[in-house]
Amino acid sequence: MSRPALEVEHLNKFFGALKATDDLSLTVEVGELHAIIGPNGAGKSTLISQLSGQLRPTSGHIRFFGEDLSRRSMACRVQRGIVRSFQITSLCREFSTLTNVALAVQARIGHSFHFFRNAEDDPLFTAPAQDALERVGLGHRAHVAAGHLAHGEQRQLELAIALAAKPRLLLLDEPMAGMGLDESMKVVELLLSLKGHYTIVLVEHDMDAVFALADRISVLVYGHCIASGAPERIREDPAVQDAYLGEDEADARSA
Amino acid sequence: MSKIPFLRIGPPAIPAFFWAVPLVVVLLAVPFICEALGQPFYLRVASRILIFALAASSLNLVLGFGGMVSLGHAAFVGIGSYVVAVLAWHLSNEVPVLTWPIVIEGTTNAALAWPAAIGASALAAFVVGAISLRTTGLYFIMITLAFAQMIYYYAVSLQQYGGDDGMKMRGRSVLPGLDLANRTTFYYLVLVALLLCIAFLFCLARSRFGLVIRGIRQNETRMRALGIEPYPYQLTCFTISGAMAGFAGVLMANLDTFVSPSDLSMARSDELVAMILLGGVGSLWGPPLGAAFYILAQLGLGNLTTHWPLAFGPALIIVVLFARRGLVGIFGERQR
Repeated sequence: MSRPALEVEHLNKFFGALKATDDLSLTVEVGELHAIIGPNGAGKSTLISQLSGQLRPTSGHIRFFGEDLSRRSMACRVQRGIVRSFQITSLCREFSTLTNVALAVQARIGHSFHFFRNAEDDPLFTAPAQDALERVGLGHRAHVAAGHLAHGEQRQLELAIALAAKPRLLLLDEPMAGMGLDESMKVVELLLSLKGHYTIVLVEHDMDAVFALADRISVLVYGHCIASGAPERIREDPAVQDAYLGEDEADARSA
Repeated sequence: MSKIPFLRIGPPAIPAFFWAVPLVVVLLAVPFICEALGQPFYLRVASRILIFALAASSLNLVLGFGGMVSLGHAAFVGIGSYVVAVLAWHLSNEVPVLTWPIVIEGTTNAALAWPAAIGASALAAFVVGAISLRTTGLYFIMITLAFAQMIYYYAVSLQQYGGDDGMKMRGRSVLPGLDLANRTTFYYLVLVALLLCIAFLFCLARSRFGLVIRGIRQNETRMRALGIEPYPYQLTCFTISGAMAGFAGVLMANLDTFVSPSDLSMARSDELVAMILLGGVGSLWGPPLGAAFYILAQLGLGNLTTHWPLAFGPALIIVVLFARRGLVGIFGERQR
């Protein structure tokens, strides 16, 4: 079997006495869509932040195609190909939708110490950016200021920015957060179309989406990975049912 | 006017040719108007406005485009002025500036003194920036202010160069081919310098570098997530701005043929910030407009009362509260 894209080994992150990540280990194979689920406060976003480099782990290792990146900066990891989207939309609100994506293209192509040539309308950056926008269904909104987009559109823009960075590993932190049903459906479709082409780690609350999309699922409880495997296995795992799904279904029944 | 796409640098947009062309025509005509009015003093005021416009534009590069609120920018302007004046002083007193390890004589040659002055300001900005940019927000403001105060008191302590009183230069720099002592020639030189710098800023704002700098102001985390480490870009921006401020200082020293520590005081830094706020933060024409308005107000109100800041302060507060985008916003510059 080929080398996994991502190996997380004995990762720990403490905030004072709180163990946000507790001896967490998991692997993500090349080309798979790996979903991470778990109850609120299970440390899913903390994990994503450590994978992307925003947070330093207290101990443990993060290997990306064999290279230990656990102490590297966010910018360095992006250059290696680990790209994240944010749970809470994070955009340059004054820039147009297109410029937001074009900046990702520009950052991928090399350093930006170019002081004279107009980059705002340079097809070298805007053409791939426009492609990424079309892909997420935002092509018609290219020249609107990002701050003026509707919430769902901003979520789509987040995805377009991530795609434009040509990731080797895509970290998606609740890409459907706060979206309406229609918009969620579109994102699920989009993720289905990306599946197989990208290695994706997906954190998501919507169980239907997760079970429809994921090749493998890891379940986090209190910062620890209690199970990792194919969707059917996870569905049947008694520990998982106990910790998470059962509770969810009980909620659903009582509602 | 907002239909002309190639004149936009994104919101806030720069005004169309509609304003720029007549403005430049008027600026070109100023010496003739002053001549016709028999008021050569006004030409001096006009030159002063243009120089302050340049200084304010340089601050706007870090403050408006880059979102780095520097409260010590006058220090870089002042360093430019002092280098020109000090080099001239050494020439007229026939004392070398440096005897070891190499001998450096004083000079009034603009081809030597001006690049030296601009280089000194850029170097100072690089050092101050390298340290200050490790912090953000309020700390950044305080550190730039602290550095500026250090440089100010250093200038005060330079007894050889007039200390607190400053020093008078014998004349303006000598630029081969141009008679800088001629006030009309000097005015046009300043005008060309300003227009070139604004053209440079116009290009810069839309370049790859400019997009990154403006992106960092809007959302630093986002830029990091794109793989862009803000620090080297911010430091470069700060250094370019310092060099431009130094150039303004060079011209200032030449206009007044006089330098004093007040040229790099905190009050002068505050004036530059006020000009930017008044004219419009982050816009290309805002700082020049703010500089013109400020200096004319200083002149007009200053004739009436020495307490003119009493009127100016509230005016600034009104602009900040009700016209966030400054005078440029009032003058029909449209947002997309």
